[in-house]
Amino acid sequence: MSTENRDPHGREVDDVTGTETTGHEWDGIKELNTPMPRWWLWTFYATIVFGIVYTILYPAWPLVNTATSGLLNWSSRSDLSTAMAAQADANSGRIEAIKSKSIEEIAADEQLRPFAIAAGRAAFKVNCVQCHGAGAEGGEGYPNLNDDVWLWGGTLESIQTTLAHGIRYEQDDDTRISDMPAFGDGILDNEEIRDVAWYVRKLSAQEFDAEAAERGETIFVDNCSACHGDDGGGLDDLGAPALNDALWLYGGDHSQIVAQVRQPKHGVMPAWEERLGDTTVKQLTVYVHSLGGGE
Amino acid sequence: MRNQVEAFLVGVAAVLALVLAGLAADEGMRTHAWVLFGVLAIATWFLLRRVDFSGAKTVPLRSEVAATEPLYNDTVIRYGVIATSAWGIVGFLVGIVVALQLSFPDLNIEPWFNFGRMRPLHTSAVIFAFGGSALITTSFYVVQRTTRASLFGGSLAWFVFWGYQLFIVLAATGYLLGITQSKEYAEPEWYVDLWLTIVWVAYLVVFVGTLVKRKEPHIYVANWFFLSFIVTVAMLHVVNGLTMPVSLLGAKSYSAFSGVQDALTQWWYGHNAVGFFLTAGFLGMMYYFIPKQANRPVYSYRLSIIHFWSLIFLYIWAGPHHLHFTALPDWAQTLGMVFSVMLWMPSWGGMINGLMTLSGAWDKLRTDPILRMLAMSVAFYGMSTFEGPMLSIKSVNGLSHYTDWTIGHVHSGALGWNGMITFGALYYLTPKLWGRTRLYSLRLVNWHFWLATLGIVIYAAVMWVSGIMQGLMWREVGPDGFLAYSFVETVQAMHPYYVARAFAGILFLSGALIMAFNLYQTIRGRLRDEAPMGQSAIEGVATPAE
Repeated sequence: MSTENRDPHGREVDDVTGTETTGHEWDGIKELNTPMPRWWLWTFYATIVFGIVYTILYPAWPLVNTATSGLLNWSSRSDLSTAMAAQADANSGRIEAIKSKSIEEIAADEQLRPFAIAAGRAAFKVNCVQCHGAGAEGGEGYPNLNDDVWLWGGTLESIQTTLAHGIRYEQDDDTRISDMPAFGDGILDNEEIRDVAWYVRKLSAQEFDAEAAERGETIFVDNCSACHGDDGGGLDDLGAPALNDALWLYGGDHSQIVAQVRQPKHGVMPAWEERLGDTTVKQLTVYVHSLGGGE
Repeated sequence: MRNQVEAFLVGVAAVLALVLAGLAADEGMRTHAWVLFGVLAIATWFLLRRVDFSGAKTVPLRSEVAATEPLYNDTVIRYGVIATSAWGIVGFLVGIVVALQLSFPDLNIEPWFNFGRMRPLHTSAVIFAFGGSALITTSFYVVQRTTRASLFGGSLAWFVFWGYQLFIVLAATGYLLGITQSKEYAEPEWYVDLWLTIVWVAYLVVFVGTLVKRKEPHIYVANWFFLSFIVTVAMLHVVNGLTMPVSLLGAKSYSAFSGVQDALTQWWYGHNAVGFFLTAGFLGMMYYFIPKQANRPVYSYRLSIIHFWSLIFLYIWAGPHHLHFTALPDWAQTLGMVFSVMLWMPSWGGMINGLMTLSGAWDKLRTDPILRMLAMSVAFYGMSTFEGPMLSIKSVNGLSHYTDWTIGHVHSGALGWNGMITFGALYYLTPKLWGRTRLYSLRLVNWHFWLATLGIVIYAAVMWVSGIMQGLMWREVGPDGFLAYSFVETVQAMHPYYVARAFAGILFLSGALIMAFNLYQTIRGRLRDEAPMGQSAIEGVATPAE
């Protein structure tokens, strides 16, 4: 670094930039005495002016027990409640209509149906996707709601009842209950359970052990057909699933069917009416019914 | 007669740790006391091996590597260079692990290696282990050179170094054991906080003591920044760490503050951890290594004064912008926002002084990848200190808050600014500290530069897209005001960006591994036979500036 040049006052001048230095040096580092860039200084002033003006307009300066509320009298809470109230106002007519009308009337109303579906979809995304999936596609133990197979019926009325009171939800007196017995607890022996599972495989048109299935048919008629039907078609009123299709809640492998017969798993869904209210349950009903399989 | 006192004290501490393991009131403290015992027992063993039992001898058993300037205490700085490099690699590696855990949740290994415990491990490893070691190391180096005095306090500097390393180990093992006080960037529990306080006061004593006995008439600007960082971090750490332990033999404690006051204290601390740890401290590094590497005088002394005082005055008020649209009263949010906006130019003062110091030396950017790295770090500093004030504006924050945009912002600062300036400093320091003529390879530095730059650019760009998309999806409503997306749909939409982010992290880590190799070879005294950078017609291009 060559900074031997001096200005008329005898101060050292950097020969690359022509700027004088401060005359200090640390470990070979010198400092130029360049003035602050004007654009930097004026932008800094501008942000300060912005800050002062903003704090005059908006709540800002703390006082003893409160704070200045600002000339605009703005607050984040009133901002939010105004926006929410405006939206509630805009929707209030249709919300009232949903409250007063029956579920069939709502679904039949050309104006109300799209509104109820939009509202139901939003409620579904918050409350239902955790089990039934973002696309209502379900998963093991959680029914798919897009297909036309229903455990408790797919009419508007059935769906509304299921949503309002839940399934095996003990806190609700009107909840839907079906408890398939644990056939492993002394009702059937292991061999009988294996045989009847082979028969269920036959009913659902999967590969099966013919000899075992033949023995299993008798067991099925004696123990299972009362709820699941002679042909394994199921019974909506009892929540008994159809066994003659390709859809399985807990899997259709022989071992999975054996496990379900021996010690059945019983899914639970909460009663949503007490949590979300009658209006939202109606909206959810119309939405779920619209997914594709509504009866 | 080396290390007799140290060996005795550490040995006693090891026994006390063992006693604590026996008396501990909860499982966390018990396991942590065992960890402490293990560390101290190993340290005692190492120290005992160094003790000379042969009586008074004047000849040292192991001669120190000759430093270029024996006036200074450089051995602790050599340890610091190695620790900084090692912690950097650990921090970046854990970063990739947590990035992959977010992309592929099956990688969460319960209970020690789930995301909740790995994330503070990553943030603390990068900020405190990598960044903190870099700050202690470079501040010790810079303060000695710019005061022409050796470190004050003799082996107190060693206590600061090893004490800080012990803090890192206790913090990191605590996270994995699930011991946390759940405060962002301040997760260690009360006893680890107390230990850090002791170490930090020792650090302050060493630094101020060195300044006091300086042989230069004036205090160089880098030291203003280092000192403001040390003092303010002490204040922040003590206030934010005010807690009441459940038992003096147990790990758990409860904060002295509650509710929104706790949140405000936490973000007063958290934002100034960024402001004073990651900004002021690293500006101290910038003010030394850029003029040295460029061999040019600092651009503007006046700018350095004004931007120093305005920076430290304004930064301390900006914390409430982390709590926009929360239970924090509106007036505090307003002040947090306007102080952040006013902070824009004071932050940029450092960028101007860094970049404009290159006037008259711009051509060196072509031939000196170390200088290029330092210049790039200042560019990222300017980018993130513009982005910060912008994100603090309420209407922008309404979109960006809680999204990946914030993560991208933090990383362009941490990887771009803190990472790059530290790499530049390590490349500068290593040949000097080990008395080598130059680095093993400048071409490998060039590789590191491009891998790191590419990694940061991909990281930041991906997080902008992902974060803004996430924010827009969260607030999207249909014509009737109903929510358009479920939370899980936003997570699904972010998956490809999460994978791209992990890839960016791998690029950045690869660069750091190349650096580690390069530094290792330099320390070994090897020189790579390679063509000089840039056009060989230009004189002296491959030699680092002296």
